[in-house]
Amino acid sequence: MTKVYEKSPVFFDTFERKPSYKETTHYCPGCGHGVLHKIIADQLAELGLQDRTIIVGPVGCGVFIYYYFDCAAVSSAHGRASAVATGVSRANPDSVTISYQGDGDLAAIGTSNAIHAANRGENMIVFFVNNNIYGMTGGQLAPTTLIDQISTTSPYGRTVKNDGFPLRMAEMMAGLEAPTLVARVAVNNPKNIRQATRVIKQGLEVQRDKKGYVFIEVLAQCPTNWKKDPKDACEWIDNVVCKQYPLGIYKDQVAEREAQERPCERVDFAAVARQLGLEESPEKPENQIEMIAEELRFKFAGFGGQGVLSLGMLMAQMSMEHDMDVTWLPSYGPEMRGGVANSSVVVSKNKIGSPVVDHPDVLVALNGPSLEKFGPLVPAGGLIIYNSSLIDHVPDGLKGKVYPLAATDLATEAGTAKAANVVVLGFVAQKTNMFELADLEKFLAKSFKKPALLDVNIKALRAGWEAADKS
Amino acid sequence: MKKLVKGNEAVVIGALVAGCDAYYGYPITPASEIAHAASEYFLPLGKVFVQAECETGAINMVFGSASSGLRVMTASSGPGISLKMEGVSYLAGAQLPCVIVDVQRVGPGLGNIGPEQGDYFQVVKGGGHGDYRCIVLAPSSVEETYHMTIEAFDLADKWRTPVFILTDATLGQMIEPIDIRQEKIHRAEKPWAVTATPESNENLVTSIYLDFDDMENYINFLHDKYRQITETEAKAEVYGADVPDIVLTGYGITGRMLRSAVDKLNEIGIDATLIRPQTLWPFPTDVYRKIVKPGVPVLSVELSRGQFIEDVRLALPNNKVKWYGRVGGHLPELNELVNQAELCLKEAAND
Repeated sequence: MTKVYEKSPVFFDTFERKPSYKETTHYCPGCGHGVLHKIIADQLAELGLQDRTIIVGPVGCGVFIYYYFDCAAVSSAHGRASAVATGVSRANPDSVTISYQGDGDLAAIGTSNAIHAANRGENMIVFFVNNNIYGMTGGQLAPTTLIDQISTTSPYGRTVKNDGFPLRMAEMMAGLEAPTLVARVAVNNPKNIRQATRVIKQGLEVQRDKKGYVFIEVLAQCPTNWKKDPKDACEWIDNVVCKQYPLGIYKDQVAEREAQERPCERVDFAAVARQLGLEESPEKPENQIEMIAEELRFKFAGFGGQGVLSLGMLMAQMSMEHDMDVTWLPSYGPEMRGGVANSSVVVSKNKIGSPVVDHPDVLVALNGPSLEKFGPLVPAGGLIIYNSSLIDHVPDGLKGKVYPLAATDLATEAGTAKAANVVVLGFVAQKTNMFELADLEKFLAKSFKKPALLDVNIKALRAGWEAADKS
Repeated sequence: MKKLVKGNEAVVIGALVAGCDAYYGYPITPASEIAHAASEYFLPLGKVFVQAECETGAINMVFGSASSGLRVMTASSGPGISLKMEGVSYLAGAQLPCVIVDVQRVGPGLGNIGPEQGDYFQVVKGGGHGDYRCIVLAPSSVEETYHMTIEAFDLADKWRTPVFILTDATLGQMIEPIDIRQEKIHRAEKPWAVTATPESNENLVTSIYLDFDDMENYINFLHDKYRQITETEAKAEVYGADVPDIVLTGYGITGRMLRSAVDKLNEIGIDATLIRPQTLWPFPTDVYRKIVKPGVPVLSVELSRGQFIEDVRLALPNNKVKWYGRVGGHLPELNELVNQAELCLKEAAND
């Protein structure tokens, strides 16, 4: 005698992952899940995909799918199976990733995750088991519950007024560009099971060939929560459920699609260093900093667009290259809009504690509001450098030593008003004794690659330096 | 190889040096630069980067890739971390290693995008449902953010647990030099992972135990692991006088500001010492008990109205521990901290 059919080898012989009753399933008699499980297991075996398959289970009656399949499995939180499957699929580009989800899971709490996984065209196959009801939690209303259908949370029947319309997920998914195959099948009679088997096989082949996202909605009977016997439940699908949810192929681009490879590479440190643009040995400045104090706390302030943030960064970068400890803290977010932008820079010969500059040793104010706001915070002995090209009023009672600097005018003379921050850099460097002019010029040469632009900035730098020399 | 980088970028560079394979995230100020840098560096290297549809999506993608044995991370700020907490509970429940960064901003609700430390309870004490713990690292500089990110991946692998890095808007946005070098990485073998190979067929990543006895045994097993972590991984920086008149304590950006306050106090003749926890869970209780002698007053500073201080008080039940802090996005000024320390000393003398 020839054996023509046997239990799929993808199913366990006994269900050792189940805590008790290891030879029976946890599903109710007449449930559609069992039929669907069997089709999937048969087709995985036929296509030889068992050892590549990873099943992501939902919360719902399918939560225990791992009891039955001799495959790697992951349990996900309610609604999150498509997101978890995304993480699984990206991590395992050679896998057949199955996301098995019910209608509460996929069409209510996890709609967003489901739609976006579809829209990214993840390499995964989603089985969306639609039985119009929450099975596991006790027969509550699902997004897919039919109008007038009784559930434990629609005891008078579903109404459009209160609950809206039954959600057609296959139609929604088919409206997206990315999915490769979208279908609705049923597992209630032999004809429908044969059709479901064909579609499921095709869907698994798409996964084998890495041709993207497959969505198979499966109309499944739930005799327990429908309060019907198994035979009536199967007939109800034909007579009622299929009217709301017509069976069919909603999208089929299997022939047109090519394999999509999504890399998941491990690289060595050298590759990381190259990607970060790390230089092996940046040229060290010739001169050490002979700063006027052990630690200087700067505040650079002005309108957004005046280069106050980049001025701070120039100072920070130069200081780092001189082996000083340095911190740079920007104002950001709403502070930046319509008002005063500022950056705080601390340069120290020692390890810096607080990066916050409440009372700057050196304030650079490029506009009036900055001088009004920060000028009074500079203590006696501090320096206040303000842009006299734009500021004609200096507040009374400032304790710091005040230096007017026509930064915008000097920059314009050098070639562009935009270089006002470089004029300031020259001025501040000279006044604080932080950097040599030659080192600054070398630094600018690294920052400005275009000769014309470099020329303007060198002129601006020297103008600032000379102005400091004279004041 | 020194490079000036933002705290948020340092996270990504640390992750790369640690061999992180995948990043999943969602934009939020003031954490977005982490996603910016991850997308910039991960994609050309052939690593995984996905901007998820939502924070729950991101953390569950982390769950999927962690189940698969990858080194994987995500990052957000308070409101996003609230959303991720569901996934964190599942990650802890399934013992999945991963790294989660919280760049704290002001709350509750929308709050604002300034710095605050109001996520302490959420991150250190739980946040998700159930009886679990996560290791929480608290850097106080960009350099430390970089190193702690590397360390976080190793700790996550070593203990099979999610590890948080708790920073804040200031640490995330500020720029400091970091020294980037090849580091010794301790990537664990993960025979339990799902890997699309015949060997992994028997693997099941889950947190469900229907049988009460099985569940109790599993929770007890987790807590035995947590006890071992508590015994071995707690860390704090101690800085200042050997025999202090006053102890200042705070974590993250606050701890760093207190370092300046300690210097200032020592300058004016007050022997002050800083205790700055580098791990918030496990909390470095032993360090406090060793350094702080009976009767020595403690000033506990945080950018929230009394969260961190609860752990300080649990560590020091017999010392007077005074709270000070600012909220709403403000950072205390140095003088403010020095004045508070002097006040604290004066009050202790009058007791």
